[in-house]
Amino acid sequence: MKLLARTSCPHKYEARTMMTISKLKSATILLLLSAVYFAPSSIAKEAQPNEDPQIAQRMKNLTEQLRCLVCQNETLADSHADLAEDLRKEIREQMKAGKSDQEIIAFLTQRYGDFVLYKPPVKSTTYLLWFGPFVLLILGTVVLFRFLKRRRELIHEQPLSADERKRAEEILRSA
Amino acid sequence: MNKYLLIPLVLFIGLVGFLLIGLHRDPREVPSPLINKPAPDFQLQQLKEPTKTFAAKDMRGKVWLLNFWGSWCVACREEHPVLLKYSKGEVPIYGVDYKYANDATDERSGAMQMLAEEGNPYTMVVHDPEGRTSIDYGVYGAPESFLIDKSGIIRFKQIGPITDEVWTNKILPLAKQLNQ
Repeated sequence: MKLLARTSCPHKYEARTMMTISKLKSATILLLLSAVYFAPSSIAKEAQPNEDPQIAQRMKNLTEQLRCLVCQNETLADSHADLAEDLRKEIREQMKAGKSDQEIIAFLTQRYGDFVLYKPPVKSTTYLLWFGPFVLLILGTVVLFRFLKRRRELIHEQPLSADERKRAEEILRSA
Repeated sequence: MNKYLLIPLVLFIGLVGFLLIGLHRDPREVPSPLINKPAPDFQLQQLKEPTKTFAAKDMRGKVWLLNFWGSWCVACREEHPVLLKYSKGEVPIYGVDYKYANDATDERSGAMQMLAEEGNPYTMVVHDPEGRTSIDYGVYGAPESFLIDKSGIIRFKQIGPITDEVWTNKILPLAKQLNQ
């Protein structure tokens, strides 16, 4: 399934062409894509042989938290899209220039928006997203407890009054 | 009937409503954080005359459209006739030749060939061989276009091809308003 999903990437509007080309060509493409699919992670492919292990580790950690905008269900670490490759290059260069992870994330969100982050930041527009489920949980609990309380009151046994007892005996006798 | 029994129904209808809206929205259209922000400056080689450059700040005082495209891009070819149709109008169209990132093909000559064969709607085209400017503009798929006002602020972004409808209903009215 992952392989199929890949055919509609790396470029949105390329997908349309893919559909129109002949079967032979698509078979070739599929073969090529499977080669890409079975290749080790893109980062490994690009990694320079004598790269600082610290930067390699930071690259891995950071790009796994970022979304590739071309193939939106892939992280920047996994994506084979050209843009993802360019962005990894850019991030690596910024790391070498001594930029912190926060600065690099700021660089990306200024350009692509919070959508590049797999974990959305907590701010006024995302309060509903972050806290909505907890509010619903609390509301649900309150409703549940009130319901249970009322039910307990309803099924609470109350002794019959003298009148009621008399009526009940009459009913039983007539039966 | 207990009125509280209606609550789940109302909630369900609300949920279906949200899902229906979601169905009709394109998840690819990620809102750009650059709207109402200054257009990132760049200085790039001109496509036809690599010895000359062009910078975004050269356009101060004008309302203009910056279009990221590439000769390899199918949707850009779809958009091309629409741009040609409006190229003599009130909004000058400038192009950034968006490289096909790591492809070995020579995008520069490809772009020049396409403009020679199919007409040139652009007042000027610059070449972005590294894709840096495209990253600065948050471009993630061609074509993408930015309408920039007189003080260099981005006012509108079109993701995907510009159609007649987009031009007449969105870009042109906004450009007229910005030109006042």
